[in-house]
Order: sequence, then C-alpha cells, then structure tokens
Amino acid sequence: MANILSQDTRRAAGLLTPAYLWLTVAIFLPLAAMLYFSFLSDVPFGPEADWYYTSENYRAFFETGTYASLLWKSIKLGLTVTVICVLLGFPCALVLAKVIQGRSREALFLLIILPFWSNSLVRIFSWAIVLRGNGVLELAVNWVLPFDIRLGLMFTPTAVVIGLVHSYLPYVILTSYLALQAIDNSLIEAARSMGAKRLTILWRIILPLSMPGLLAGAVLIFVPVVGSFMEPRILGGRFGTYYGTVIEDQFTAVFNWPLGAALSFILLAVVLVILALSSPILRNART
Amino acid sequence: MAEVVVENVTKSFGPMKALDNVSMDFPDGGFFALLGPSGSGKTTLLRTIAGFILSDSGHIRIGGEKVDRVPVEKRDIGMMFQSYALFPNMTVADNIGFGLRVRRVGASEETRRVGEALELVRLSDLAHRKPSELSGGQRQRVALARAFVTNPRVLLLDEPLSALDKALRVDMQIELKRIQREIGITTIFVTHDQDEALTLADKIGILKDGRMVQAGPPRDVYDRPASTFAAEFLGEANVFDGTREGGGLRLTDGSLIALPEGSETAQSFAIRPENLSLAQEKPNGDGIGSLQAQMVQRVFAGAMTTCVVELSDGRRMKAIALDRDMPHAEDGSPVWLTWKTAQLTPIGSEP
Repeated sequence: MANILSQDTRRAAGLLTPAYLWLTVAIFLPLAAMLYFSFLSDVPFGPEADWYYTSENYRAFFETGTYASLLWKSIKLGLTVTVICVLLGFPCALVLAKVIQGRSREALFLLIILPFWSNSLVRIFSWAIVLRGNGVLELAVNWVLPFDIRLGLMFTPTAVVIGLVHSYLPYVILTSYLALQAIDNSLIEAARSMGAKRLTILWRIILPLSMPGLLAGAVLIFVPVVGSFMEPRILGGRFGTYYGTVIEDQFTAVFNWPLGAALSFILLAVVLVILALSSPILRNART
Repeated sequence: MAEVVVENVTKSFGPMKALDNVSMDFPDGGFFALLGPSGSGKTTLLRTIAGFILSDSGHIRIGGEKVDRVPVEKRDIGMMFQSYALFPNMTVADNIGFGLRVRRVGASEETRRVGEALELVRLSDLAHRKPSELSGGQRQRVALARAFVTNPRVLLLDEPLSALDKALRVDMQIELKRIQREIGITTIFVTHDQDEALTLADKIGILKDGRMVQAGPPRDVYDRPASTFAAEFLGEANVFDGTREGGGLRLTDGSLIALPEGSETAQSFAIRPENLSLAQEKPNGDGIGSLQAQMVQRVFAGAMTTCVVELSDGRRMKAIALDRDMPHAEDGSPVWLTWKTAQLTPIGSEP
C-alpha cells in the first residue's frame, strides 16, 4: 500500500517538475532580479558601474503625485475596458452556449478566437488605419451620412479603449462560455416550468452560476490592461501616457531600470490588493 | 388542478415521427403513467404537455383551455426532471420557494407554504442545506416539493425514480403515491419500469414508436392487452397464434385448442405465466385447455418458481407458480401444460 502510494507520488512529481522548473526559471528568477534592481541606484552593468542600495526608487512614487495619478488613470482604464468587455462578451457567450447549436456554433466560436491568431502589434496598427482622420471609419460614416462629419477618434482615450477592448474581449467570452456551458439546460427548463420569465432566470440562475467564469475573465482582462503600454502609445497619442507607458519608458528610453522595476512592483502590489479586496465576492460567487 | 386532454398530437424531428397521432385523457386528480421502451415518445409527450416541445398538429388542453400556443412559464404546471434540476446555488428552502417568489406571494406566505411542502416530503430539518449536501432520495423529494408547492394545474414527472437504487425506489413509490393522494393534483409520470406503472398509476398509456398502443387502468391493460407488444411489455406473456378452425385455433404444431367466447376473428391469444400450470397427467374438465410439452428449465426463486417448457413445434412457454404447486419433473421429461380457456386473451395482430 505504502509502496503504491509512493510510486504514485513519484509519478506525479515526475509530471509536475518540468512545469514548475520552467516557471521558476522563467518567472521567479527574472522577477527576483527585478526586485533586486528596484533597490539599486543604477543598473549594475558595465565596467564603470557605480551603484549603491537605496529605497529612493520607491520614494519617488510617493514624492510626486504624477505616478500615483497615472496609476489611478490606468486603473480607471482597466475598469472601463473590463466593464465594456463584460457587457459585450457575456451576452455573446450566453447566446453561443445556450441558443446556438451544432456547426454554426463552431464557426462563430472560431471568429472569436481569430484575433488570437494575429500579431497584436498588427492589430493595433490596423485600428490606427481605421480610426485616424480621413481613415476607414470616417470615410464609411461620411459615405452613409449626407453631411460631413469629423469623428476625431484617433489619439484619444476612446481610441485606446477601443483597441484594448478588441484585444481582450475574447478572454471574457471564453471564460463565460465555459461557465455557461456547464449549466445544465434542465435548470433553465425547471425555472421556466415554475413560471420564471427570461430576465428572472438570467438574474437568479444563469448569472450566479456563471459568475466564477465571468469574474475569471474580468481578472484576466483587468490585470494586463492596467499595465498595458502598446495600445496607449500607438492609439492614444498625447493622451496616451499611462502607468504602463511610463514603466516602458524607464526600460527602453530613459534606461532607468531601477525606477522601472520599482514602479512595476508597486503596480503588482496594487493589483494584488485590489484582487484581495474583491476576493470575498469571488468566493461568494463560487458557492 | 385540472383535466388534461391530448388530442391527435403529432410531432416529427426531421424524418422521425416522435409522436404519431397520440390521444389520451387524463381526468382531474388522477395519477397517470406513460410507459414505453426508450425512444417510444413518452418523454416527448410529457414535454409537449409541459410546453417545451410544440406539436406539429393536434391539441393539448389543460382544464379545458387550449394551451398549444401558451409558453411553458404561463401554463401553470409543476415539473420534476429526471436529473432533479435543483438549483445548486440555492438552499432547499429557496429551491422550493422559487416558484412562489416568481409569483410574488409575499415572504410570510412563501415561508408558510415552503414549510408545509417540506413537511409533506418529510424534509423539514434540511431546509437550509444546499442540494450538494443531500442524498439522492432527499434530492428527489426536494424536486417533488418544488414541483407541487405552487399548486399547479398539473404535475409532470419525468422518470421520477429512475436515479434511485431498487430499495429506495420501492420506498419512494409508496411515498409518491401518498403525496399524490394528499395534494390531489392531476399527475402524469413517465417511466420505463412496468412495475412502477402498475403500482402507482390509476391509468397507464403504453407507447411504442410514437404511437399510443393502449391506454386504460392497470388491471385492464394487464389482463386484456390489445397487442403482443402491450402483452409482452407489461409483464410477461405467452402467445398462442395460428389459424382459426371452427371454434378453435389450429396451432403451427397441428394441435387444436379451444377458445373463449367472443373472440370472433382474433388469431393470437396471450396468457400470463401465472395462469399457465404444469401437470404430469393430462387434466380433464370443462373449460380447461392443455398441450403436451417438454420441461426445459426450472428456475427456483424463493417463493415462486418459473418453468420454461417447449411445445412440439419448438415454441417456448413460461409458467410461474408457487414452488409447491409445480410438479417435480426432470429437465427434458414430458409434462402437460394446462390453462383455463377463459384466461386466453385475444390480441390484435398489430405489433
């Protein structure tokens, strides 16, 4: 008995080790290095590297209000994009999981996953072509409407939101779809037999039971959007300064890695605090 | 509470006719079984009455009102699903109270009626459990309470006991019958278990390939099956068939048997195994039929013994009797198969 158990344990360990080894190397080591950098005065590279240990990178965040207000701007962006994705994605997932049957469902599903197959940079630049003045969207609108209209969407926060929603919408559709798919149709039929209208069924049965999937999708969107930099930079123009773009600047333009690392860890901490605060809701949804 | 009438209902799924011109009456307050093998259309008929399936033609009436175009949620039905379909996110009390809350009966009224329903199914102390914390039998009773608590016009049960093990099923049959008597709601249930149909129902409808083969009280359907299928599906049956000759029936092995009065044209006759007996001597007397046969197998099962015998044309017949009433004949030895002529039931030649 004990022998069989240990054999099982060994087999399990054999299967788990590669993944955990990879995670250690690919995530924890660089993260640890970044954490180390964030307490240095300068990058410890090159022969004339002159550096000492300091906490000034973290103090910088609190000394000026600039970083904090940018972080708040990014959190608002994250909330906006998440809410829009949920409002667009959940009804879509609901129809895919509960209304459409058979082969057309597969085809529609493919269309949702399609954006994953294209390069994200290409996607964003194609949005730039669509949104810019005299671009595809403006031409189309002016072709339909009898009067001339200037949309002026390019290089606005709206353009950033549009680009981000496009990139992250599939996440909430996929997670909601899986949760909705797991709801037995007989539950919906039972509710109908008891006289419940569609809205009541949605509110009392479908929404509570699919909440874990919906929230998982929301978290998957919120976390990367708060730290996003590509969409704001390309589509936001002069409005495109967000917390994520500032971090990127530290690494690529200013070459102040310690400050970039410190700002990243503050972002990580804030996101973890937000998730921890919302975890009671997440836990409730599961039961 | 209301009478349910199914009139010439037909429903096709693609080329397959799931229901083919089905008619049946379900008088107010009765307990009815729809019986049939899988794929016979019994669940389709139940779901058509519920409104989940719209018929291609024909009508469903509940309490005299034509409900063909009335959606499920407005039909005022109670339905219990094979999987029970309890809401996993709600407690037992909330599950049962769901239909009441939808009807906005008010909190105090809801509490009172949920309490009554829980008492009726004997689950009062489990009101605050989640469905995942209940046993199969308890879930089944919650599902039942949830179906009748709104006092619907008709109660529809889809294979209500099929998910339970044998011992629990027999207990729940008695329980189900008691509850149905107490609430008095017209109840229609679907089953593939003949014993369950015979035990519970006031009236049984037997379906095969989407058609209603026979409908009537259990005793009538059992004693006077209208077809070979009905005879063999509802319990076991032996069938004699041959050609009519004078007042009797000439079997394929050449022997002539006497027939009961009033069976003018029938060419097939069924007889239940318990109405066949075996004897070592050829029996004599008025109204007694007999045939020479050979003992094939004797199966002892406690109180009852089943004997399989073979007629001279190779046809096998089954007789069931108390063990002490069976002659102690060796396998392969000749016996006389006997019966009372009056117990031969004419059946249609249709399947």
